[in-house]
Amino acid sequence: MADHESSIALDTGRRRFLNWFLGTTAGAFFISVTYPLSRYLIPPEVEESTAHTVTLALKPQEVKPNSGQIFRFGSQPAILIKTPNDELKAFSAACTHLACIVQYRSDISHIWCACHNGHFDLNGKNIEGPPPKPLEEYVVNVRSDQIVVNKRA
Amino acid sequence: MSIKEPKLIMEMPTPNHGKLWLWLDERIGLSDFAYLAKKKEIPLHRHTIWYYFGGMTLFLFMIQVITGILLLLYYRPSAAEAFESIQFLMTEVEFGWLVRSIHSWSANLMIFAMFIHLFSALFLRAYRAPREITWLSGSGLLGLMLAFGFTGYLLPWNELAFFATRVGTEIPGVVPVVGPFLRRLLRGGDDVTGATLTRFYGIHVAILPAIVTVMLGLHLFLVQKHGMSRPAAAESSEAAKRTMPFFPNFFLRDLVGWLCALGVLAALAAYFPAELGKKADPFQPAPIGIRPEWYFMSMFQTLKLLPAHILGVEGELLGVLAFGLIGLVLVLMPFLDRSATLGRWSRWPAAFGVALIVYSVVLTYLGYTMSPTK
Repeated sequence: MADHESSIALDTGRRRFLNWFLGTTAGAFFISVTYPLSRYLIPPEVEESTAHTVTLALKPQEVKPNSGQIFRFGSQPAILIKTPNDELKAFSAACTHLACIVQYRSDISHIWCACHNGHFDLNGKNIEGPPPKPLEEYVVNVRSDQIVVNKRA
Repeated sequence: MSIKEPKLIMEMPTPNHGKLWLWLDERIGLSDFAYLAKKKEIPLHRHTIWYYFGGMTLFLFMIQVITGILLLLYYRPSAAEAFESIQFLMTEVEFGWLVRSIHSWSANLMIFAMFIHLFSALFLRAYRAPREITWLSGSGLLGLMLAFGFTGYLLPWNELAFFATRVGTEIPGVVPVVGPFLRRLLRGGDDVTGATLTRFYGIHVAILPAIVTVMLGLHLFLVQKHGMSRPAAAESSEAAKRTMPFFPNFFLRDLVGWLCALGVLAALAAYFPAELGKKADPFQPAPIGIRPEWYFMSMFQTLKLLPAHILGVEGELLGVLAFGLIGLVLVLMPFLDRSATLGRWSRWPAAFGVALIVYSVVLTYLGYTMSPTK
């Protein structure tokens, strides 16, 4: 009788061990499949262009007052503005709302985003509509007949 | 429309359909299917018309599968070639314009039919026990179809597509903590590029179809298992329990609807073929008057009208959280509206549905009529 009980105890112990073993194996198998899969889905980090300065293929005298145009700053779009007072300015062209690319509206002298009707003034400050933050401003230098744009340090 | 006859024969006699039928029946059990088709009945009451919209959605989905496969034969999924391949399809390939236009129109009509199906199920409380999982799989399908619409919109790689995707993938990005990771995962990188295009292509033509197949299978199985939900009003009176056989009576009516839908589709595709627009340029400003597909319009317009900050929180974050909450209430409706299962008729789900429809219609109207430059 006692023998029988101990064999049952041994049996359930063995069963529990086997179940545990099987369970962890299944878990390990699951992880060994899902881990590479999830890592595969996450895109690899691509070397971000760390350019802090860009020289535009434009001559300062070619830029008309009260106009704006998009240029490449590394891999990102940026906008160069010549204000009605003949001042050159540059900002990040990605709207701070939902990242559409902004444009210059010469009729109201605003930087404007067509996607959700966001307005920025000539200092890049968000003045109307949904954008929550001002546009990042860059430093524009004119060296002889070159326009050089720098990120602020 | 015949009144339901009492079932006299439980055991189905093997009908005499000829030798081939018999041969197949012995091997794959055709009479089981025949029995299923014969058993299925459609309740008749004043809301019976709404039963047609699930089947209509299914029909338009089948059109999507067929035209989608046809489009695959010419489409090239890369930033350099996608736009040109569709240009070629539209101008050089015989009936290419027709296949693409039908795909585009059928997508829109399918979403529309699905919304009708959703709201009719909501208003008739079709989600009450034991149909909670039918409702959940249906809302899953709704999400999948919207994902189909969103990923498919990018594939022509035109200006509208590019900016819609830039904004659309930025939206999960405003969610705190996981946002930036989600955005990267969706875009296949930090920006919308050719990597996003191939990713969306894979999602659109392989991942979503695979998930939809399973989800749709579950949905249809459950509809078959539980039969059509009868609105509680029609359930109460014994005399009103009239039915119509699904096969062939209801099925033939379904076919008439599908044939009409096909006619409408062909007319829309012929008179208003899908446009292609200008090729996407990541270094051009967003075009004036940019807008998403109509079914995203109310959300788009909401984000446009929300102020930059509400009580110190960024407006778009609140907007996105509100959309999420509304979606969650809709999905969890069977569990939030317990009284429907108990036979009590609470009013709030209908009020919620009406409010949702009115809000979407008003905002969509504003989206199409407000001057884009003001």
